[in-house]
Parts: sequence; structure tokens; C-alpha cells
Amino acid sequence: MLNPGRHLVLGNVACAEGAIRAGCRFFAGYPITPANEISHYMAAELPKAGGFFLQMEDEIASIAAIIGASWAGAKAMTATSGPGYSLMQENIGYAHMTETPCVVVNVQRSGPSTGQATLPSQQDIYQAKYGSHGDYEVIALSPWSVQEMFELTVRAFNLAERFRTPVMLMADGMIGHIKEKLVVPEKVDTVGRRRPTGSECVPFGTDDPSMVPEMPRFGEGFRLLVTGSTHRPSGVRDYTPKYHQMKVNRIREKILKAENEISDTVKVDLEDAEVVVISFGASARPSYGAVKEARSQGIKAGLLRLKTIWPFPEGKISDLADDVDALIVVEMNVGKMVQEVRRVVCGRANVFSVSKIGGVLPSVYEINQVIRRAA
Amino acid sequence: MAVKPLRYYSDKYIRNQPSAFCVGCGDGTILNCFVRALDELEVPLDKVLCVSGIGCSAWIPSPNFNGDTLHTTHGRALAFATGAKVFNSDLTTVVFTGDGDGAAIGGNHLIHAARRNIDITTILVNNLSYAMTGGQIAPTTHHGERTATSPYGNPERPFDIAGLAAAAGATYVARWTTYHVLELTRSIKEALKHHGFSFIEVLSQCPTHQRRMFNMRDPVYRLPSRILEMFSESTYVRGRTRQENYRYAVPKASPENALEEISNVLVNLDTEAKIVDHMGFGRVVRIDSKEPDMEWANISRLEAVDRLVGPLEEKVELGVFVKEEMLEYTDSLRDLIRTAGGI
Repeated sequence: MLNPGRHLVLGNVACAEGAIRAGCRFFAGYPITPANEISHYMAAELPKAGGFFLQMEDEIASIAAIIGASWAGAKAMTATSGPGYSLMQENIGYAHMTETPCVVVNVQRSGPSTGQATLPSQQDIYQAKYGSHGDYEVIALSPWSVQEMFELTVRAFNLAERFRTPVMLMADGMIGHIKEKLVVPEKVDTVGRRRPTGSECVPFGTDDPSMVPEMPRFGEGFRLLVTGSTHRPSGVRDYTPKYHQMKVNRIREKILKAENEISDTVKVDLEDAEVVVISFGASARPSYGAVKEARSQGIKAGLLRLKTIWPFPEGKISDLADDVDALIVVEMNVGKMVQEVRRVVCGRANVFSVSKIGGVLPSVYEINQVIRRAA
Repeated sequence: MAVKPLRYYSDKYIRNQPSAFCVGCGDGTILNCFVRALDELEVPLDKVLCVSGIGCSAWIPSPNFNGDTLHTTHGRALAFATGAKVFNSDLTTVVFTGDGDGAAIGGNHLIHAARRNIDITTILVNNLSYAMTGGQIAPTTHHGERTATSPYGNPERPFDIAGLAAAAGATYVARWTTYHVLELTRSIKEALKHHGFSFIEVLSQCPTHQRRMFNMRDPVYRLPSRILEMFSESTYVRGRTRQENYRYAVPKASPENALEEISNVLVNLDTEAKIVDHMGFGRVVRIDSKEPDMEWANISRLEAVDRLVGPLEEKVELGVFVKEEMLEYTDSLRDLIRTAGGI
């Protein structure tokens, strides 16, 4: 592990370091570019912390193993990229249904299919939200720097425990593979699992306003029934409409109602802004440059950077729509988040899309041109 | 083996659930053998984790078994179980899977769990089809058999799943049927005690779907015992001495006609003939002879008889095939952590 202080490391290394410091003691993964360095670091460092590194036979087994380990009491993580993330979707749904805390890192690469295996993208953001079948609500984070790979990985673990849910860290091949400064703090704040206090436990139901039940673990006499089938609060399988509505509504609402707590955005020059760029992850970097350049050109431009992409910060973007003339959504896909922004803005401001595919970042110049046109 | 009332086992090991199994299903028998094995070994119930996937077999532990259960996605039970067992190696971890769940969609996890020799006991219930979804062909369905997805007969050849597990490195491998409850219970005990990957294939009856597969034109209530007798007829136990002086006469058309003709030939001989079900040949006439110089050829020449087959032809071998000690995966992982300085 890295000592507290300044280091020059890869984003993927920062992610793995953050995971171990957040308390991760079980990692299962399968080789895939551009996420491999997370596995390499975990293989070397996790055993030193007394944790388990498993290289499984595929990504399906990897996500399955971390869910199994989580129920045995572990803080657990897997890391992958596009094709592996697709394979994991069924079991990600299982983790939602069984309310299993775990962290899934997707160092996004350019698809579909094998696509540009070594190049970055932000194409999987809808997959993060809608990838598994059925109705559920997801928490997904988007780091824009090596430092944030560390910080948001820690946060992903904390949110997973706090809400008893899988959390997606939607990094990308650029952030995973750049080397820049990482400051490792002396101590990170971690959230522990809310465990049953008595000998009785209702593992899938609660009266608590958080709507997050206590989580027991295997081997402690709770005689748990954990199933991906619709179940009663006790865990007993029951397909009746009442229990299905109760379950799905609760696992969605526990996240949606906490949007303010979960949602994290960074505002740059927004106070008097008339044109606001909305971006996240790697594409927020040239967006930042373009906004600064626009300011130097006398344009009242600002940047809203999303560190959490799901749940979508509807309130913040809706407020912006009333205050500004134009919103420009910058992303490395064919224009996905812009759909969400248009839905929320609902005609109250002009919405422009800067969407770049091909495994390359949109340039400061490209974004600046759109800002100038919108201003 | 102490005899305890059934009530003792149901109170201690079974949740108070109505059973979801079809009448006559073999799954209840397997659950019964499993809890008896646990009881005889006095395994603490709080430390037993049963993991299952999707299919009828998955419902053996979930929700019936009164310990920790993890009912997972189709085919993936072993991968989930691997995570739980690695993180808490004190858990007596048992995976229940089926032939579709374990050998088709989950086949990859099966061979890799076997290769790692992780200390998990896997009980694979082989009913030769996908039963929960309506009786489709599975990787175990015999060639030529008719199912919902092979109305003209199965074009594929089946897996020998126990052989597959053994080849992949499982260190305890056995195969039994739901007819062999004592052997199965003993084998589950051995598997639970075994430190490594133990694998038991259990051939099980499915009155609901094997009726069509084996073309058994009987009311459903007669099928369970008929299929169990067929399992007994169509299997032999490795290493067990066998009576060999019998043959099966495969009829050209009607087994009743064949039996009549054969009975006429056997009139003055110390020999018996009866119609039995055989997994390999269907309804056949079994001829047991006590005559030292039995002239079998006379029977094979009969008009209604297609051919005579020997006692072992097309039969399934049962028994314990592999039992060896090898480095176990969670031990190996703990050694690695010790080397890295994590313990």
C-alpha cells in the first residue's frame, strides 16, 4: 500500500488503493483492458492487508463471488470494462434484488462489442442505470482525475454500505490510464455495515426511515433465506403483487429519496453564468478548459461537473434551467446524458450536445466553439 | 445409524413451508438424505450454507432447508459459493445444482471450482432434462429421447457429468440415484467430511417430464416407483459383485408379445422372464436363468425379439469414483496471505 502523502500513480492504482483503504478485503476479477492494473495492484496488495484476491473464470463468476463474499461479511469489489460489464449485468440485478453492498468498477472503453478495446469512452452510462432487467435504481459515480479515482472509490464503498446496494464506479480508460498526482490522506472516513443488534433480524424489510434494512451475514445463526426471487421481508419467496411492489418500491425509493445526500456536483463559475457546460469524468477536463477560455473571451460561461451521474441530479439541473440561457452537455458517447438533461430542462433553456466517439476526448477548441455559438 | 422419527428431522432441519415439488419428485428424497448426513455428522446447523442456482434442484435448500441459504442466478451457484467460502472458510458450504444449471449454463463454473479444489460439496441432481421450464433437452438427455425441444428425438449426445468433474480435478466424485438412498446418504457424509471439492451426481426421477422421455404410459401416481425401479435396473455399482446370468431381450415391437414367446421357450427351464424398464433400451424382457448351460441364442432367434443384450450394456455405473487428498484452495489462499505478511 501507498504511504500517506503525495504519489505519482495510475488512476487504476489510485482506485485499488482507495478500495483497500475503504476496507475492501475481497476482490474477484477477470483480465480485461483497460482495467487490468486494478487487479494487478489488488493481487499484490490485498493479501498484505489480510484480504483475498481471486482471479475467476469470467466476469459472471467475479460478480457472483463478490456477492457471495459480501453476504459472508466482506466489503467486496470487482473491476472490469465494457464486455465484462455486459456479462455482469444479470448478477448486478441480483445484487440489487438481494440488497447486497458491493462495488463494481467499470473502466469504460469504446464499444459496442470489442470496439476500440484500449480507448476510453463514456458509453456505458445508460447500461449502469438500465443494464440489468427489471426495475431498480442505481448509484453511479464518475471520477475526473486520479485523485478522484481514489476518493470516489472510497465513497463507493461507503454508499454501498450506507444504502445496502451495489455501487457503480463509472471510470473510463483515460482516467484509469493517466498518471498524475495522488495525495493519500492519513485516514479515510469509512462507513461500516449496519448489522443486526439483536438475535432477530428482518433482512429485507425495515421500519427505519432510511428504508435500508440491517444486514446479517452467513454463519451467525440467522438462518437466512437470500433469493433473487421476489420475497417477503423475511426472505421467503412470494410472487404476489403486494410483495413485489413493496420490494421494488423500497429498493428504488431508498436511493431516490436520498438524492440530495448521494448527489455530488462541482460548480465552476456558475454564479453569473449564462451558458453552462454539464459534463462528467474525463470529458469534464476539456470542458473545464473550454469554460475558462470562454471566460477569457468575455463569455459568461460556467461548468457543472457531475461526480455522481445516477441518481441523476434533477433538482440541480432543473434550477439551472431557470437561470441560464443555454446548457451544453459534453460526453464521450453519441449523446446520452443530454437526453436526461433535455428531459429535465423541458424547453426552459437551449440544450446543446457535444458528443464525441472514437476513443478520443472532445477538444477544448470544439467545446469552446459550441459555447461561443450558444452564448 | 440411529433410527430417529421423521418428525425429528423435519422439526430440526426443514422450514415450515409447503413443498413446491411435484408429487413423486426425487428432490425430497435428496433433501432427506442430505439432512440425515448432516445429522449423523453433527454438523452445527448455524455453520451450514446452502447455495443454489435456478431450477427444481435449487429449491431443495431454498426455502426448505433451515440453515443459511443463498438462492442465486441460473448456473452461478458455485461462483457465489466460492466467494462466501473463501471469505469465511468455517462455513460448511454445499451447492445444490441440476444437470441444466450445473452442466450447461454453469458448466464453466463447475470445472473451475473442481480445478481449484475448493472445499465445497456439490450435489448435482440429474433428472436428464430441464424440468422446471417444461422438460427441454439438457446436456444429460440421452440421444434419441423425446422432450419438449426434441420432438423428433434428441440429436445430441449426453455428458458424463461425474466423469467431467473428475477430469476437471474434483477430489471426491460419486454417482448415485434416488433409489440408492443409503449409499447416497453415506456418500454425502463422506463428501461433507472431505476437505476439497466433492461432487455427487444423483440421478433423480421426474414423473412430470420423464413420463414422455421414457414413454411410460402409466398414470402419474405409478411413475415414481416405476422410474426408481428403472434406475435400479439400469445401473450397477462399481466394485460390487454382480449376478451375471441374465439377459435383456429387446422386443421388435410389443414387449408383451416378446414375453409370451420367450415364456413358451422357457417352459421347462429354471428361468424367469418379466418385462422391465431399461434406461438404455426402453421396455424389455429380462430373463434370469439358473440353468448353467442356458442357450441364449434360442431366445435371440425368436420372431418377436430383436436382439439380446448383456447385463451391463448401456448401464450407468454408480459408486465413488475419486477420493483423494490434494491442496485445497482456501488453504492455499491463506498460505499466500501468510507469505504476503497479511496474517
